Amino acid sequence: MANLQSAFLGIKSPNPFWLASGPPTDKKINVLRAFEAGWGGVVWKTLGTQVKNVSSRYSSLNFTGRKIAGFNNIELISDRPLEINLQEIREVMRLFPDRAMVVSLMADNDRVSWHELVKRVQDNGAHGLELNFGCPHGMVERGMGATVGQDPDIARMIVEWVMEVAVLPVITKLTPNVHSVVPVGKAVVEAGSHGLSLINTIQSVTGIDLDTLIPNPNVGGHSAFGGYCGPAVKPIALKFITTLAQDEATCRTPISGIGGITTWKDAVEFILLGAGNVQICTAAMLGGFRIIRDLCDGMNNWMDEKGYSTIDDFRGLSVPHLTRWEELDLNFHVVADISQDKCIHCGLCYITCEDTSHQAISKEDGFPYNTYKIKEEECVGCNLCKIVCPVDGCIAMKEQRKGAEYLNWKEFQERGLPLSDH
Amino acid sequence: MAIETNRLSQEDYLELFSDLHPPFEHDEGAMIEANRCINCFDAPCTKLCPAKIDVPHFIKQISSGNIKGSARTIFSSNVMGAGCSKVCPVEKLCEGACVFNLLKEEPIQIAKLQRYSSERAMKEQWRLFERKASTGKKVAVVGAGPAGLACAHALALEGIDVDIYEKEEKAGGLMTYGIAAYKVTPEFCRDEVDFIISIGGIEIHLNKELGKDISLAELREQYSAVFLGIGVGMTRKLGIPGEELEGVVDAISFIYDLRANGYSAVPVGDRVAVIGMGMTAIDAATQSKRLGAKEVTMIYRRSRKEKPCTEAQLKVALLDGCSIIWLASPEEIIGENGHVKRLICHKMKLGWPDPAGRRVAVETGETFALEVDMVIKATGQIPYEALLNGSSIRNRGGKIVIGGCAETNIPGVFAGGDAVNGGKEVVDAVQAGKYGAEAILAYLTSL
Repeated sequence: MANLQSAFLGIKSPNPFWLASGPPTDKKINVLRAFEAGWGGVVWKTLGTQVKNVSSRYSSLNFTGRKIAGFNNIELISDRPLEINLQEIREVMRLFPDRAMVVSLMADNDRVSWHELVKRVQDNGAHGLELNFGCPHGMVERGMGATVGQDPDIARMIVEWVMEVAVLPVITKLTPNVHSVVPVGKAVVEAGSHGLSLINTIQSVTGIDLDTLIPNPNVGGHSAFGGYCGPAVKPIALKFITTLAQDEATCRTPISGIGGITTWKDAVEFILLGAGNVQICTAAMLGGFRIIRDLCDGMNNWMDEKGYSTIDDFRGLSVPHLTRWEELDLNFHVVADISQDKCIHCGLCYITCEDTSHQAISKEDGFPYNTYKIKEEECVGCNLCKIVCPVDGCIAMKEQRKGAEYLNWKEFQERGLPLSDH
Repeated sequence: MAIETNRLSQEDYLELFSDLHPPFEHDEGAMIEANRCINCFDAPCTKLCPAKIDVPHFIKQISSGNIKGSARTIFSSNVMGAGCSKVCPVEKLCEGACVFNLLKEEPIQIAKLQRYSSERAMKEQWRLFERKASTGKKVAVVGAGPAGLACAHALALEGIDVDIYEKEEKAGGLMTYGIAAYKVTPEFCRDEVDFIISIGGIEIHLNKELGKDISLAELREQYSAVFLGIGVGMTRKLGIPGEELEGVVDAISFIYDLRANGYSAVPVGDRVAVIGMGMTAIDAATQSKRLGAKEVTMIYRRSRKEKPCTEAQLKVALLDGCSIIWLASPEEIIGENGHVKRLICHKMKLGWPDPAGRRVAVETGETFALEVDMVIKATGQIPYEALLNGSSIRNRGGKIVIGGCAETNIPGVFAGGDAVNGGKEVVDAVQAGKYGAEAILAYLTSL
């Protein structure tokens, strides 16, 4: 059995799965249920100046019959009194001393407010602080949340304020509503933030009710941009954490990975790209806290099969495999190969290649089943056919190198090699 | 042993004759199934559909929430798409070709999805087609069955005015008269006909029989063209002694009575023998069992491999508790006081393949007797040979000979459906009706 224990910034938890700051970590009863179910830690829902929330807060994106490919919310930070939150945090920590308790914070944008909030939470007891520089709705209009996370100078200034009084590990949570998270990530790390967490949600409109013409979620005839999350955002999150793992200034900063993690496989991917642990919100909101069982079990089994005994054994192992396009080997070439034994003759490879790719598949009419074959000389190895094929292992991409040696684009140009002539 | 009516309670009848293949109970069910379809290109399901319904397209329209578009896709290829979703032997057509079969997975429930959209269109009276302005041209269609209705609908769409002449008192042909009650109800058949003719330009004249009330010569004189979708007649005679005894019935009229007169009014024996192994034979056997017959035995002269019904249909009969005697052929029906008492059969064996490749059954010389009080004949229907021989229409044993799509030897007279092919599925007749309309439109343009 692999060891799933985690010590992100020295904060110990029995597994690397924390519940991200959000509705599931809003109050004691939820968090107790989460810990009973086996979650390793929580980031308590953001504390700050108490707010008022609207009713009708969530909406979702369904896709080809699957519900909730993406999820969206317009809920603000905690709408409960600070004192009650702090008291509940104390009670939960007493009942579950082995779990991680990090508290998310978002104070008004002045030094005194940040100092007061940080001190109150520290005095109350917690294992760490997470600064919410990411919330893309509601708080943004008040100059907080993502507004802070979009400006390196403001973000640096606030982290400096926080570090003046912080005695606990500080994680800064970044917004993806930027062209790059690196400038802000760099700024807050330079200002002293011990760790980073990302991504927060992405500003979005999930859809419109085609009867009423009102976008979702409908709040009395109107809606507002919400924060998008769930499975659909995972690829964006993976890209953002990789950019931090690759940057000289941030590559040594521990990262808590967030964004659409639904299964243990997603979590493994975040860790392979450098995350020290992961945070989950949407998947728990859609399936309940019981999903923690397979998150742990699946990761454990995978680690056993791969021979990894701790999380650190595989952390970041995929980072070196992500490089710049210019460095990719142009002599690497694959062509598709359709297994006629496995083919079910659905024709999806053919029609997609014919219509939108390189006309590299031939069709021999049959009744009722056509035969599809690859025209190797036309195949550019784009993977499209393999992606659309409904049968696992039916289409394989076979390596047929164009040359023995590594050849990148720069060398290709320098040697004056010929480009495609058709 | 006796032939009796009213064997069961009303509740039992309703349960036993409820939908053989019930519809989706919830929209969600249809959505889940529609999304399971992978939207094949040049789809095998469509290739095996005689009416060439674009199956993946209508299924993806369901999954996009475009149910109206989905119904239009179905009906534009098969105007009896609703009925066919209940009566087609899909296991040997679309669903049998579904690529999921090759993965040893359940095929997409195409018929059920087709029923979902097409029944909704009928129920909500969607106006899916607009007919073109009337051209003033008039065409006569003989027979208001699937072929005639499909032909009339396609012609009416193009602005042709169509008069349909039907010898029975209801329209719908074999859909109305010859299909088991747990597949379609009389109300459904009536609604389906109404839905088809709701585009306008089609008038159905009931109780008008060709050769009796109307003649081909008159029709040719009064109309620009004539389509014969006259179908086939009653069940073929067994040609054995005892066939006139009381208790020997024709499967088609047995099924018709069941639907026209109600379950409790149809007499059924204690021990019933059904001769034949086609879809009608299966229907007659299962309906007898469900009416309360104690024993139903199906008799077929060849083996299971050569049976004309599908394996799925056979399973319905077996699950209903019908027994099957393969390789047996009736030789004589013995009576007592004018009633059926016993059926004597030859034991058969398989000989050489016939020209169609099916091995023929030959007598072994051995016989056996079956104690029965009712014999239902379901050995295929006979074409209207006498009617056709009385006309100058070229036919082969009563089956009208056509060239091209639907042209008979007489200019301006077209034909299709069972009258041409001798008796196939409803969907084949629909396609023949469409071909007929195509040929007629070309003919009218050439005039």
